[in-house]
Amino acid sequence: MMKKHLRLAALLLAGLLLFPLIMGMAACSKSGGDTVTLYVYNWGEYISDGSEDTLDVNEMFEEWYYETYGVKVEVNYSTYSSNESMYAKLSSGSVNYDVVVPSDYMIERMIAEDMLAELNFDNIPHIQNIDPAFFGDNAEFDYYDPHNKYAVPYMYGMIGIIYNTSMVAEDDPALGSWQLMWDERHAGNILQFNNSRDAFGTAQYFLGLDVNAEDEAEWRLALEKLKEQKPVLQGYVMDEIFNKMENGSAAIAAYYAGDFLAMYENNEDLEFFYPAEGTNLYVDAMCIPKSSQNKEIAERYIDFMLTEEPAVANAEYTYYASPNTVVRESEEYIEYMNTIKEGGYDLMYNTDAVHTTSYENLGGAQLIMLNELWEELKSDIEVGLPIYVICAVILVILIGGGTFLGVRKRIRDKY
Amino acid sequence: MKDLSLRRKEPPPATRKGQAQRNIFQKLAAVPHTVWTVMFIAAPMLFVLYFAFTDAEGNFSFANITNLGQYTNVFILSIAFALIATAVCLVIGYPLAYFMSRQSLRAQKVLMVLIMLPMWCNLLIRTYALMALLDNGGLLNSLLGKLGLEPLPIVGSYFGVILGMVYDFLPYMVLPIFTAMTKLDYRYIEASHDLGCNNLQTMTKVVMPLTLSGVVSGVTMVFVPSISTFYISQKLGAGKIDLVGDTIERLFQNVSTYNVGAAMSLVMMILILISLTIMNKFSDEEGGMVP
Amino acid sequence: MKFLSKCYIGLIFFLLYIPIAVLIVFSFNESGSLAEFSGFSFMWYKELFHDEEAFSALRNSLVLAVSSAAIATVLGTFGALGLHRMKRRYIKKPIMTLTNIPMMNPDIVTGVSMMLLFVAVATFLGTRELFGFGTLLIAHVTFNLPYVILSVMPRFQQLDKSLSEAAQDLGCTPSEAFFKVELPEIVPGIVSGLMMSFTLSLDDFVISHFVSSPNFQTLPLYVYNQTAHNVKFSMYALSALIVAVILVILLVVNFAGSAADRKGKKGGRV
Repeated sequence: MMKKHLRLAALLLAGLLLFPLIMGMAACSKSGGDTVTLYVYNWGEYISDGSEDTLDVNEMFEEWYYETYGVKVEVNYSTYSSNESMYAKLSSGSVNYDVVVPSDYMIERMIAEDMLAELNFDNIPHIQNIDPAFFGDNAEFDYYDPHNKYAVPYMYGMIGIIYNTSMVAEDDPALGSWQLMWDERHAGNILQFNNSRDAFGTAQYFLGLDVNAEDEAEWRLALEKLKEQKPVLQGYVMDEIFNKMENGSAAIAAYYAGDFLAMYENNEDLEFFYPAEGTNLYVDAMCIPKSSQNKEIAERYIDFMLTEEPAVANAEYTYYASPNTVVRESEEYIEYMNTIKEGGYDLMYNTDAVHTTSYENLGGAQLIMLNELWEELKSDIEVGLPIYVICAVILVILIGGGTFLGVRKRIRDKY
Repeated sequence: MKDLSLRRKEPPPATRKGQAQRNIFQKLAAVPHTVWTVMFIAAPMLFVLYFAFTDAEGNFSFANITNLGQYTNVFILSIAFALIATAVCLVIGYPLAYFMSRQSLRAQKVLMVLIMLPMWCNLLIRTYALMALLDNGGLLNSLLGKLGLEPLPIVGSYFGVILGMVYDFLPYMVLPIFTAMTKLDYRYIEASHDLGCNNLQTMTKVVMPLTLSGVVSGVTMVFVPSISTFYISQKLGAGKIDLVGDTIERLFQNVSTYNVGAAMSLVMMILILISLTIMNKFSDEEGGMVP
Repeated sequence: MKFLSKCYIGLIFFLLYIPIAVLIVFSFNESGSLAEFSGFSFMWYKELFHDEEAFSALRNSLVLAVSSAAIATVLGTFGALGLHRMKRRYIKKPIMTLTNIPMMNPDIVTGVSMMLLFVAVATFLGTRELFGFGTLLIAHVTFNLPYVILSVMPRFQQLDKSLSEAAQDLGCTPSEAFFKVELPEIVPGIVSGLMMSFTLSLDDFVISHFVSSPNFQTLPLYVYNQTAHNVKFSMYALSALIVAVILVILLVVNFAGSAADRKGKKGGRV
């Protein structure tokens, strides 16, 4: 009997010790020497990934690269949900990426902190596909990288307000304004951004403040507005917003225009507007961190994303506006956007009438201040009398019970 | 057996030498473990201390601790939620464990599997499932809507977060109490009846004291994860109700706030240490009774 | 009374299982809705099986669980042996206290403390590739260790010293006595420590959350990332499969008559 036990245990242990070895070997043989891993770090839901019959552009790149250069590349693709969390991962110095896709103000910050590598545009010939408004000497929207050295525009867009027409009346007076996000009649059904810059942005646009203000007092005004909003909010969320808006768990939310189309596809009750007070225009661009070990392959990856097929696939997958002229002029793409929603193409591209500004990188002191204000907002919580009362009752019972047991024991010990 | 009889003739000194070797081996056996614990348990704790008492430049400072003042309500709320969730789990779980232990052996086994299944299945999945069910557009509220009733805004409310804690951690309360119940000798209960106790007296004078150890470990197993959770409050509080866990998690997403985060972790650790000590005092007081 | 108690049990278990049941049922839902069941379909399972990310997460989880459990068991068993034989209490006690820290501490504190250590080491070494499998392995071994010690140590304490002495009197060398007499006695403890480590490691989210890099995702981390984004319904299919697998394992373990309350020793983990 004992022997049986022993043999079993020995077998188990041997198996356990061998298993990782085998797995390791398997992993090695798979990546057999020549395979290079390219680490790509992008926003969630921001690339055509092959789900629901779309094109898997990463796989396409792997195939294309092998055919063109004879080198096996494996794209390791992972996602983040805010610029800040991407920055935190990268700046903690603990991980390594070859391609990242930050937004404008974050690119500025990363350039200022010397975190990005200068691109070699010989490897990115398709940069010519980019609209001259976004890249080049006279570009209007390359404020984050004026010398066009570090970033290749990927997508752009604007923030607007999504609302559910089954919960918000057609003639609601607050429609068209940021006021809707503060409307008490919709208390419990409003969603706010769960990242500091965008959340403060909504309040700043509403109040007509400068989103790139230097003065703390101005930011404090926005903070007060956000604190005022907190009781009417259902919550602070990022990409959870998709599910919540699609299934009618919330009525109103500020989010990125492209994502509205993605939600609309699943719930036709949703509508969208750009607030009249003005809103944010952002550009997300592909960059290569200084720490990249495969810069050349990363540049070819960026170039590949500018070519027609992947660029159109990505634009159709994300619904974001593309700075790529090849995409914008594609008949198929225009038709696609308009079948998702009537006027879908115009919603994304015909936006000259919308009053927009962009986030710029804040100075170090302001960044710390913004962080502190954000903490102040998030920790601004009421405990409430009922909670105190319930806890008091529980504590009284606990202490009473404890003393009772103690006293009883002492009495018992006496005898 | 044969070779055993052969070896018996070996001279004793060899054995003594072997004994010495063995002693050395056994003394050294704990060395790798000790080194590991010092490197990966003690050192990280020292790092928490170091970060909690330094500023971003690495100078000694109490600022992180004093800055925690702005989180007073967050702390109070976390403690309150954990306390309430634990109490609710106890009130629901104790009778459940008692009733379970009164079932037939076969039924007990099945119930045991049923109570363990949620424990083994990942907490993220269960919490998410609960949120999806209770969300304004979830199954519950759409059913209520069909019945013509007002929807219940549970997600994003205090009630939702506490409900999430109770739902997630109830099995951790039930299992240790149930184990204590099954170990309880039924003859004690019979004896108390024979000695003239009614059901209530038997319960308070025999069953409860004898299962107190189970209650104490149940309470610990619910209280500690409740006070430090961040996933439950993130999902069921919709990011609006930030508890200590959420705050620590957020503070550690940003290099510049590691120090405050470390201070907060330290305070939470101390809080839990204090409550565990009090809990253990409770169980010690009745300790003599537990057979 | 008997009937009422049965009703109570039924009610609580019903409430406990509704969310899981809804999840499983709706994983077969044709449309991507959680509120209305429009038709039976396997499409989300099909999608799941095409999801390479999920599979690589599963593989990572298994590799990590197996290797961390193996290392923790070896370290912990020798550690328990050494600690058991150690006579000096003033050394033994601090080591035991230290070992138990991860068991007492909330996971989040263990997680951030290890993260701070690794960040410091990474800065010191100037490397950017520290986080990943290595850091996860170290963290998992660390939080598994106390559980291994917890299940092996009592076995050493129950060992009857005279048995080993008797074996030696009968001609065994001390090492033979150890392997033939003492080891079989402690093997059940080792096995249960191993199994517990394996499941704890497979289940852990919080500690992994702080010491991982997006390049090496385990299954719980994958689930977390999924639920933080636009949840695809294949996630429900994945959850349903996980529940099914666990149910089968539990039934086998329990009704094959093995130690059932193993998990009972495990603290609530978030």
